[in-house]
Amino acid sequence: MNDLVFFLNKGITSGLIIGSIYALGAIGLTLIFGILRFAHFAHGDLMTLGAFVTLILAAALAALGVTLPLPLAFVVMFPAMAITAVLAIGLDKMFYKPLRQAGARPVVLVMASVGVTLMLQGVIRLFAGVRSRDMFVEAPKEIYRIPIPGATRNLVVTEPQILLMLFTVVAVIALHFFLTRARLGKAMRAVSDNPDLARITGINTEHVVWATWIIGGSLACAAGTMLSMDVTLKPDLSFNILLPIFAATIVGGIGQPYGAIAGGFLVGFCETLAVFNWSIVLRPFKDELWFDLPSNMSLVPTEYKLMVPFLILIIVLIYRPTGIFKGRVL
Amino acid sequence: MSLLDIKDLHAGYGAMSILKGVNLSLEAGEIGVIVGPNGAGKSTTLKAIFGMLNITEGSIHFDGEDITGIGSEQLASHRISFVPQENNVFPTLSVHENLEMGAYIRRDDFSRVMDHVYEIFPPLKEKRHQPAGELSGGQRQMVAFGRALMIEPKLILLDEPTAGLSPMFMSQIFDRVIAINQTGVTVAMVEQNAKQALAIAHKGFVLAGGQNSYTDTGQNLLNNPDVAKSFLGG
Repeated sequence: MNDLVFFLNKGITSGLIIGSIYALGAIGLTLIFGILRFAHFAHGDLMTLGAFVTLILAAALAALGVTLPLPLAFVVMFPAMAITAVLAIGLDKMFYKPLRQAGARPVVLVMASVGVTLMLQGVIRLFAGVRSRDMFVEAPKEIYRIPIPGATRNLVVTEPQILLMLFTVVAVIALHFFLTRARLGKAMRAVSDNPDLARITGINTEHVVWATWIIGGSLACAAGTMLSMDVTLKPDLSFNILLPIFAATIVGGIGQPYGAIAGGFLVGFCETLAVFNWSIVLRPFKDELWFDLPSNMSLVPTEYKLMVPFLILIIVLIYRPTGIFKGRVL
Repeated sequence: MSLLDIKDLHAGYGAMSILKGVNLSLEAGEIGVIVGPNGAGKSTTLKAIFGMLNITEGSIHFDGEDITGIGSEQLASHRISFVPQENNVFPTLSVHENLEMGAYIRRDDFSRVMDHVYEIFPPLKEKRHQPAGELSGGQRQMVAFGRALMIEPKLILLDEPTAGLSPMFMSQIFDRVIAINQTGVTVAMVEQNAKQALAIAHKGFVLAGGQNSYTDTGQNLLNNPDVAKSFLGG
């Protein structure tokens, strides 16, 4: 029983957490790809940027002596999402829109987004330094230990983890209704399907582009904030997360928001289960096993965690380049 | 005054000129058919109407307004619908959503038009919740027509609506074009199947080398031995 609880803590909870974060990031990436038709490499930095906006707001409120029943960082995340959305539209106006209007090919926009990545990283380091920061400015994070009958080990979840899961569920449902019910949401799908026809039909492409950055930017902010609340906020957060998010996007099918969600959880679970120490779960059966159980038996050493999304990416690109939900081929 | 009046249009892609003086005028309520050999500039003429080409000379007037060089996104607000030859539906959107997108610029209640479209194309009503990309070629063409009708256009531009369809569907499409026209919509259509198309046309325009070589009523063009010999295959 203890071993099962360990598995729930280290395998399932971690998988859900990291999967939610990947899903939130990948939704933005896949929408941007579907509508603007380029791989947005600066998406990871949009996450870092959003997390920093949250941190600044939270610190400001804490300095004013505000206390709330929920962590400050979570509450100010919502205005921070709006700010990040505006920043994302600003980035688009400044860097991507002129290129689009000049009729630049997608690869030029990809390169521009790499430039934006470097610029954002520089700006963040310039103002915030390189050290990691705690998002819990006012009080340490709450940790819930839930006793499980028949086990001495407790089921452990932290407050930000619960908030993250709730937020992801609400965000995904809201996105679903927006894309299938709202006029603008349907127009986004139409532009993603067939941009030329959308223009002929009179769909205002500019509004659709804004909506894309608003959704992408705000979800990136949420993902960045939640990830930083789960661990700590580091300026290089984006670099480690960019690859898994790209993997999630491609695995799910490029341009498919539901695919991005599925891909996010798939990559998240693969990653956590690959580094999970399976010998603990297998220990109760060690007499029946035909081999000696080593003390640490994970499929991939933790340091090589980043290898997992790479591997998934390669397998998907070889055997199913359109992804789970039949997206575009790169 | 004509509803659509194209005068001495010269246009092309970049420096390459394709249209070298096309004249085309349609009165409200007419069906105009553009025929001609491959590369004559038939589809190009339609595309020139909404700014997908560089217009170097000439003018396009619609409903008394100069619309020379307007962008494709302004087409709908002039109540002009265009049905491209290919990729003319939103494949992952349902049939119903395709029609809704057709009415995107409308802020009023368009349920009456929607019912009307389902009336003209009964198979669409049946499949209204299916993604348009899963339909057969003929049904996709119906979705494209239906989408184009949602703004209650004054003019509908059809680019080879029967391309790639079986002969049975072909005559169905022509019947629908006549039906749409009878509701008062002016139709400008490019067609490969020149004989059938000219038979339903009020006006025919035979293009060759980016210029009009014959302009007459559809019936006169069909009866003209020169046109028959050089363009209609005898």
